Amino acid sequence: MNKEQLLSKLRVIITPYVQNEEGLQNLNENTDFIKDLEINSANLVDVILDVEDEFDIEIDNEAMEKMLTVKASIQVIEQKLKAK
Amino acid sequence: MDVLFNPIILMNKDIIQKLPYTKPFLFVDEIIEVDDDHIIGNYIFQKDEYFYEGHFIDTPITPGVILTECMAQIGLACFGIYLLKGVWDTQDFGVAMTSNEMNFYKPVFPEEKVIVKANKVYFRFNKLKCNVVMHNSKGVLVAKGIVSGLAFNKNKV
Repeated sequence: MNKEQLLSKLRVIITPYVQNEEGLQNLNENTDFIKDLEINSANLVDVILDVEDEFDIEIDNEAMEKMLTVKASIQVIEQKLKAK
Repeated sequence: MDVLFNPIILMNKDIIQKLPYTKPFLFVDEIIEVDDDHIIGNYIFQKDEYFYEGHFIDTPITPGVILTECMAQIGLACFGIYLLKGVWDTQDFGVAMTSNEMNFYKPVFPEEKVIVKANKVYFRFNKLKCNVVMHNSKGVLVAKGIVSGLAFNKNKV
């Protein structure tokens, strides 16, 4: 799975939780889930759980704390997929 | 592990004492059952609860938001404290209800007892999501829905 495919899957996952539509339209590697998309911390947990289901991986506390931007999330997902 | 010697097993009274609420906004009397998957607790709405003065004029009925709060205090706060085990005591935790979806079936009048049962959907990254039901003392369904909440370190907000 390449980065673009990952990003498009991630976009589908985060869309229901996004409060800032403009941030979603401008989604890129540097997008911050909280600052740019205004996802709240409760829904951030839902994003992580949906990522686990979509990619069949397990996210631990340490990885979860890193996943605040698109870039960091893609890195974590790639890393976990490799380790499978 | 031998339950008798497990220090993280909390007595049900201990859980209520750890709650960050007090009168007139504490809506838990007892925790009857709790394990890693579910919790059951109850509360008797007293005749002189403050909100009966205004809800409604001449006809005191427990507001739906208060029933939701009661379900959240048992199904999220009490249950969350239990699920966090000893960790609750090691940090300065705050709690917040983050979402709820509720249906109401019967009114609850002053001096009625309600029994709340919450079943865990998940508890991950300090977020607890539960299916909750509330029954009255006759066993009639009063309310049913979904509640979610977070426990967070107050010093890191």
